[in-house]
Amino acid sequence: MEIRQIATIAGKEFWDRLRNRWVLAVALVFTAFALVIAYFGAAQQGAVGFRSIEVTIASLVSLVIYLIPLIALMLGFDAIVGERERGSLDLLLALPITRFELLLGKYLGLAAALAFSTVVGFGLVALVLARQLDVGALFHYFGFMGSSVLLGMAFLSLAVMLSVFAADRTRASGLAIALWFFFVLVFDLLLLGALVLGGDGYGSEFYPYLLLANPADVFRILNIFSLDDVRTLYGLATVFPPALAQPWMLGGVMLGWIALPLVIAAWRFRK
Amino acid sequence: MPNASSGAGADPLATAAAEQHPGAQATEATEAAGTTDAVVTVRGVRKHYGAVHAVDGVDLDIRRGELFGLIGHNGAGKSTLFKMMLGLVPASAGEIRIGGVAVGGRDFRAARRAVGYLPENVVLYDNLTGLETLHFFARLKGAAAADCAPALERVGLAQAARRRVREYSKGMRQRLGFAQALLGKPRLLFLDEPTTGLDPEAIRDFYATLRELRAEGVTMVLTSHILAEIQERVDRLAIMAAGKVQALGTVQALRERMDLPLNIELRVAAVEIAAVRAALAGLPLLAVGDCEGGLALQCRRELKMAVLEALTMLAGRVSDIRVREPSLEDVFFGFAD
Repeated sequence: MEIRQIATIAGKEFWDRLRNRWVLAVALVFTAFALVIAYFGAAQQGAVGFRSIEVTIASLVSLVIYLIPLIALMLGFDAIVGERERGSLDLLLALPITRFELLLGKYLGLAAALAFSTVVGFGLVALVLARQLDVGALFHYFGFMGSSVLLGMAFLSLAVMLSVFAADRTRASGLAIALWFFFVLVFDLLLLGALVLGGDGYGSEFYPYLLLANPADVFRILNIFSLDDVRTLYGLATVFPPALAQPWMLGGVMLGWIALPLVIAAWRFRK
Repeated sequence: MPNASSGAGADPLATAAAEQHPGAQATEATEAAGTTDAVVTVRGVRKHYGAVHAVDGVDLDIRRGELFGLIGHNGAGKSTLFKMMLGLVPASAGEIRIGGVAVGGRDFRAARRAVGYLPENVVLYDNLTGLETLHFFARLKGAAAADCAPALERVGLAQAARRRVREYSKGMRQRLGFAQALLGKPRLLFLDEPTTGLDPEAIRDFYATLRELRAEGVTMVLTSHILAEIQERVDRLAIMAAGKVQALGTVQALRERMDLPLNIELRVAAVEIAAVRAALAGLPLLAVGDCEGGLALQCRRELKMAVLEALTMLAGRVSDIRVREPSLEDVFFGFAD
């Protein structure tokens, strides 16, 4: 494996996103949403203004859980199939670069663009809020930012995987939307339905483990378990065994969600 | 994944380069290649897609420093063969070697460093400028960034170096694709329909560059559907049909093998036609027919001189004689059908 080749591909992907202002646009969206939520999140309760970091993070989590998977899937769905459809893939593959290096370079470049947007977008808000936050609150906020980056990486990995499998861009975009619906909307409903139907019967203790099969849920658990006030806001928290809620373990599951689709993509793309 | 060694000594095609210079050990280079003087060897190669036999048992040697043409109808298998030689498509059976290295094998990456490729309808990145495009490919090929500006100059794009590819015409894109293929001083060039979209002047410049490259000892494989264009320029060619090489050799050899008749046109005034016909009666011609402005004859190649000698006797009645050699088109359709 040649790092130089991977870095060249990754560098091009990153600079492309920087130059066409994708990074700027996404960062601005994150900043705007985060500021609005921080200051107006409690407007329903008749209050305006920043209240607490915990409530802010809880609101941000429920927003980011929709937004980041969508952005990541849109960013990566045509990584390979787009090159193939445009006709530029053959030229790349005839160069002294392996298919794995090309795939990894694409992923890393896109991941860097997404991570950069996320960190800059939410980081700006941290600067704005810095005076009103103590060290503990900042720690929580940085935890939220870090897990947001991981969430993006996981869905980007899924996107790159389907970009290898899809026959054309149209199908790839359809699959990306389907994947988003499944993980962000349908998965939890199915799980809740199963929980309600199955009640407290045999096997119900396995349900919490099934949450690990969805990177969006892993993200949610990562964030709500670090905040005592917030835990009570979510029903899920009460059914989730604390033993599973170790941040290092959830982080490991997230890394698995990043690695596994990439491994499958590399296997499929090898020929 | 093969670990590439970028040293020149490990580069199988670098030995081909060395052979062009005095003092280089040519015998070593050819022995390393396994066959005499062949840069590309194709042995028993097949490619099957289910029941479709796209390439059905091809054997081919492409010699060092030659300009080799590959022609055939759409679906004849030439694109598939091209892609297999580049390692883009794995062969179902058989073996292809580039500079003695098996395509797709352990040392193939090093061999690829000495290969340039211009795909048919080359697609580059619209958002980059011409120079940025070449910088990107130069990095991937391990070529120096300083080589990029001269490469643009060579294809006549120096003026457009800082313009985005989005603004390029089709011909300019094709030339940029060619500049990309020339990066890293390749010893072997694969050019797929390289003159598509070029105007006649650019086509002339393009072939002038190919001649320069051949003088430098670069081996080139090109496909073209413009047969008249290719037949004057390639050293040898292979005609493919139904997944097989139907004919292989120089244009001249193929013509002779086909034994196509010569066409001779005589310019004759209308009043003289009957007399000329009568005079031709004794000649060993295959056919005599009318054509615009005179008569059209066909004769066997080996009788060319005898027939021409007889025709000069008719100088008073025949005002002009045109001899037309069978074109590659005739040869091509003869083999492909």
